Amino acid sequence: MTAVEQPPASPPGAADGSEPRVATPEFEAAAVRQESRRGFLLALPAYAYLVLFFAVPLLIVIEYSFATRNRFGGTDLSGWNLDSYAKLAEPIVRDILFRSIWLAVLTTAICLLIGYPFAYYLATRSPVVRNVMLVFVMIPFWTNFLVRNYAWRVILGHDGPFTQTTEFLGLGEHEFLFTPTAVVLGLVYGFLPFMILPLYASIERIDARLLEASRDLYASGWQSFRHVLLPLSMPGVIAGSILCFVPSLGAYVTPEILGGAKTTLLGSYIVIQFLEARNWPVGAALSFVLMAIMLAATIVYFRKGGRTL
Amino acid sequence: MNAVELLGITKRFGDVVAVDNIDLAIADGEFFAMLGPSGCGKTTTLRMIAGLEFPTVGSLKIFGDEVGTLPPNKRPVNTVFQNYALFPHLNVIDNVVFGLKMQGVDKATARSRAAKLIELVQLSGLESRRPSQMSGGQQQRVALARALVNEPKVLLLDEPLGALDLKLRQEMQGELKTLQRELGVSFVFVTHDQEEALTMSDRIAVMHDGALLQVGSPEEIYERPANRFVADFIGQTNLLEGTVENQDTVCLTNGARVAASSAFGAGTPVAVSLRPERAHLVDQGAAAPGQSFVDGIVESVTYLGNARVYDVRLDWMKLEVREENRPGAMLREPGTAVSVAWEPSAVSVVGD
Repeated sequence: MTAVEQPPASPPGAADGSEPRVATPEFEAAAVRQESRRGFLLALPAYAYLVLFFAVPLLIVIEYSFATRNRFGGTDLSGWNLDSYAKLAEPIVRDILFRSIWLAVLTTAICLLIGYPFAYYLATRSPVVRNVMLVFVMIPFWTNFLVRNYAWRVILGHDGPFTQTTEFLGLGEHEFLFTPTAVVLGLVYGFLPFMILPLYASIERIDARLLEASRDLYASGWQSFRHVLLPLSMPGVIAGSILCFVPSLGAYVTPEILGGAKTTLLGSYIVIQFLEARNWPVGAALSFVLMAIMLAATIVYFRKGGRTL
Repeated sequence: MNAVELLGITKRFGDVVAVDNIDLAIADGEFFAMLGPSGCGKTTTLRMIAGLEFPTVGSLKIFGDEVGTLPPNKRPVNTVFQNYALFPHLNVIDNVVFGLKMQGVDKATARSRAAKLIELVQLSGLESRRPSQMSGGQQQRVALARALVNEPKVLLLDEPLGALDLKLRQEMQGELKTLQRELGVSFVFVTHDQEEALTMSDRIAVMHDGALLQVGSPEEIYERPANRFVADFIGQTNLLEGTVENQDTVCLTNGARVAASSAFGAGTPVAVSLRPERAHLVDQGAAAPGQSFVDGIVESVTYLGNARVYDVRLDWMKLEVREENRPGAMLREPGTAVSVAWEPSAVSVVGD
């Protein structure tokens, strides 16, 4: 009989693989456990951050939305009620809500109409041209958002380049600063890159031969777009639309700077509730409703997109 | 009438000439292969017929109609793409129905025609599968059905079997051939696999560097290659360099004279193409009268099961000789001095 050398007995719990040993189910299980523990530890800072600065404040906002404003502009947290939500049905708040949704939808639609052809153009260029153009898309981010909005105020304002041009062309004096049009213009300008980038990413991944195949199968250019390119780029359309719609709906800076007092939107109204009217419960209720709308829109959009994919 | 007719077709991409002044006629009902190494222009030619590329110059006719400037959706041809290009967002039936839907065929008719084709390619029961849920062979069948449902006048196939493993490929070769005979439609088929081209086609066009080198039946291409490239590309061959001495004799580089008939003028540099299976090993000096032979030494033997392939070193080059593994076939060990002998009719003379 040949003497078989026994593997050295493994010290219990030492699953670090530092010593070569014969594999056992225990070792494997310990290694798997260790791996998942390591994953959790890596994610821990992000978890902690989210809980501390997102989940907890959100719960506080919800709590405040059920509270009552007291006479001195403070908040009474003792008696929970739905008074603040009832206030949202008032015509003035309802108008602001609808106007905000309408402008956000309009902004998203315009971004999609402008962004899609551009993203397609970008995705079909040579890699060098692509990269250069992508840099151009992102250059605006190098300047502060606030500064860029003020720049629009100068451009659109009285005696600004825009009015001067329309006057020069004999179109009369067109000044649309402080109108909803100016707000939409500013929002489209601000959020267009958020539409273009996901669209580009999803169009770029589509196999060009699928478009050729559709043309070979008697599709016209439009049919090829409608039945192949668009459905296949739907993930980009969805991501881009959400990235445009959500910040447009809650926008504060752009409407404040370009919209003026006549076009109060949700973001501004919430700020007014907290800082000027000192009605925290109404502000909190509005914030919560705003988030609910965003969440609902996102879910609907994903569902709808999920079907076509 | 010819199904496809190319007259003086040239395609340039910038400074690169992909297809160089080609004339080609493909008959109706023909299984036609375009064969060549990658980058020879065969796929570009196919894409021009499909309408996916426009020729730079030349006339391109399908059943007598000039189509060179028409977009793909205006041509009566369909394509089976390399790697199939099936629509990933559509299931089998919607993929197959696509072409009919685009043409405005009503839904019921389109569905029943698609169902028939799906049955023809033996995919019944898988109608609601997505391409990603199917094997390569099944995807290949969907691609075939998707193209054929439109009843094209010519079916174009771009390396349709390239992505399949060997056994499946051989199976599909037979099926494609049967399908083509049943339908009676011309199949134009691009491949870099010479064996595939030989097995399947009625005629083969060999392309190289954008030029058409030879068009002919598999026999013609194999037995009477038009030039050195075709002889070398189709099957295995030994090219013995030499010059033409007269109509019936070629003088090899080592000075030996071998019988080989050719139409080249005396003094033309040529090569004598000797297929490995056409040559035999005999003991030195034992070549039969009337046979040509060269002397050499066995360098190595490769055992293939059904045959042995010998590398024989001559003074000035190496030859490959294939001996079938028949009963009684004798093994010649490396180092043995032998003669490589062949019948004069077994060789062909090729020029540049």
